[in-house]
Amino acid sequence: MKDMNTFEQFFYYLSENGVYVLSQFFQHFLTSIYGVLLAALIGIPIGILIAKYYKISNIVISIANIIQTIPALAMLAILMLGMGLGRPTVIVAVFLYSLLPIIKNTYTGIMNINRDLIDAGKGMGMTRSQVLRMIELPLSLSVIIGGIRIALVVAIGVTAIGAFIGAGGLGDIIIRGTNATNGTAIILAGAIPTALMAVLADIVLSLIERKLDPMKRQQKRTA
Amino acid sequence: MLKIEHLSKVYRGGKKAVDDMNIEIEKGEFVVFIGTSGSGKTTALRMINRMIEPTSGVISLDGENLMKKNPVALRRSIGYVIQQIGLMPHMTIRENITLVPKLLKWSKDKKDDKANQLINLVDLPHNYLDLYPSQLSGGQQQRIGVLRALAADQDIILMDEPFGALDPITRDTLQDLMKDLQQRLGKTVVFVTHDMDEAIKLADRICIMHNGQVVQYDTPDNILAAPANEFVREFIGSHRLIQTKPSAKLVDDVMIKPATISLERDLEEAILVMVKKRVDTLFVVDSKERLKGMVTIEDITPNRDGQSTVSDVMHKDIYAVHTGTKLQDSVRRILRRNLSNIPVIDHEQHLVGLVTRANIVDIVYDTIWGEEVAE
Repeated sequence: MKDMNTFEQFFYYLSENGVYVLSQFFQHFLTSIYGVLLAALIGIPIGILIAKYYKISNIVISIANIIQTIPALAMLAILMLGMGLGRPTVIVAVFLYSLLPIIKNTYTGIMNINRDLIDAGKGMGMTRSQVLRMIELPLSLSVIIGGIRIALVVAIGVTAIGAFIGAGGLGDIIIRGTNATNGTAIILAGAIPTALMAVLADIVLSLIERKLDPMKRQQKRTA
Repeated sequence: MLKIEHLSKVYRGGKKAVDDMNIEIEKGEFVVFIGTSGSGKTTALRMINRMIEPTSGVISLDGENLMKKNPVALRRSIGYVIQQIGLMPHMTIRENITLVPKLLKWSKDKKDDKANQLINLVDLPHNYLDLYPSQLSGGQQQRIGVLRALAADQDIILMDEPFGALDPITRDTLQDLMKDLQQRLGKTVVFVTHDMDEAIKLADRICIMHNGQVVQYDTPDNILAAPANEFVREFIGSHRLIQTKPSAKLVDDVMIKPATISLERDLEEAILVMVKKRVDTLFVVDSKERLKGMVTIEDITPNRDGQSTVSDVMHKDIYAVHTGTKLQDSVRRILRRNLSNIPVIDHEQHLVGLVTRANIVDIVYDTIWGEEVAE
């Protein structure tokens, strides 16, 4: 080991512990996804609701904003007091961080739809739920996916810190590296996959986001 | 018959947008609400399909009180066209046209048939059905907006300044289209505008509103001949009042016999006819005297190879008016579209006459010196 440089050590570690890194990669990914999905499940309906009753929108968005300002480590520590160690605590933390981008983008997406379209839809005899299903959701879908994209990237970072309270994931490998003497290669073996995951999630979701944008879809057809 | 009785709308703070409105609209009638902004015309229109709930009063259709109907079902049975067009950007033209049939859960075949049938009405190619609204021009979009209001065979169509945002020539074309569709399909149309020319051109009856009240409700001719009060006189504008004298004339009174040629003749013959009749334009008719197109001397010169017939070089897309049209309207079109003349056809497309720029001279003469002197 001693005669290898950091780079060679990194590849050596990966070849020796590839299965372990891969399993941590998936655990990390799933922890992030669970938290974001949970936030989408609750955040999107809240966003729709505050777009309808926009008087409460300020209060709801302020609360989500305050949650966002709490540092990740502090958040995990606070949650740990109530929920103990382990993965569920990290999922809840991810959930809380994901709420703001998802609620805010859903709200903005719906509020930015041209009022004339809603007027035309209502005037043609759409019920409120049809206006939501046939006009508001299709037209704001790409903005909502944009919110999920931001949430997922943040979530991957929060999950890495979650290793401190025993949630596993790639953060585990990073912590192991910091504890070992000359552990640079081990740190990299945790950090590089984490970064890769965040970048990939961002690219994939931005592709989906673009695909769902009704305006961009038309330009493609014209070309 | 659509009956509006004691209809009022009072907004919070006590502002009366519509104040005790009482009018009756016959089936198949084209009624135009006109007034300055804030006169309550749009509010009155939007109360018919209950986009705005009236404070008091009753609107009934053939004796049935619309205020007791389910508003969603009511709106599906009434066509609605707005100035901003409001086509759904994420749906194709076909989906946009058949939106109300979709809400009414028609079968797919029935919806497709309807879309194909409707697109024929407005002279747009069938492949437009698969385009998205942003790929169409403003005028084309509003044609689709009009079709959307016809898709579920609605008997009543509400139009809120539908052509206000279009350029004058497109607006003129769409007005003609709308009037034609309304007459052909027998629809009842309630139309809001602030453009008096548009109102006079389209309306069977005009409802002039001011401060939420109906000032005068009558045919355009009666309003122009006898404005109810100073406000109406001012609103119509004095230049239109004067115009009413010559406008009593119909195209039938002044039209001349046009020079014609039949479809299968060749271009040499066309030139001979032009020379004989001393004209530069010939109207092309088929064996039953139906108008098919027009050839001018400019079309013939580059095509003199001895092979072409007039049907090869003629302009097919020409503008014609029906018999019984007011002379004043035809002359306005000559000026606005910079045409040299307009053929007059009857309801079976037979060519019966021609209105020319010489008629403009007559009108100007009549307006300035009066008809007695002109005789």
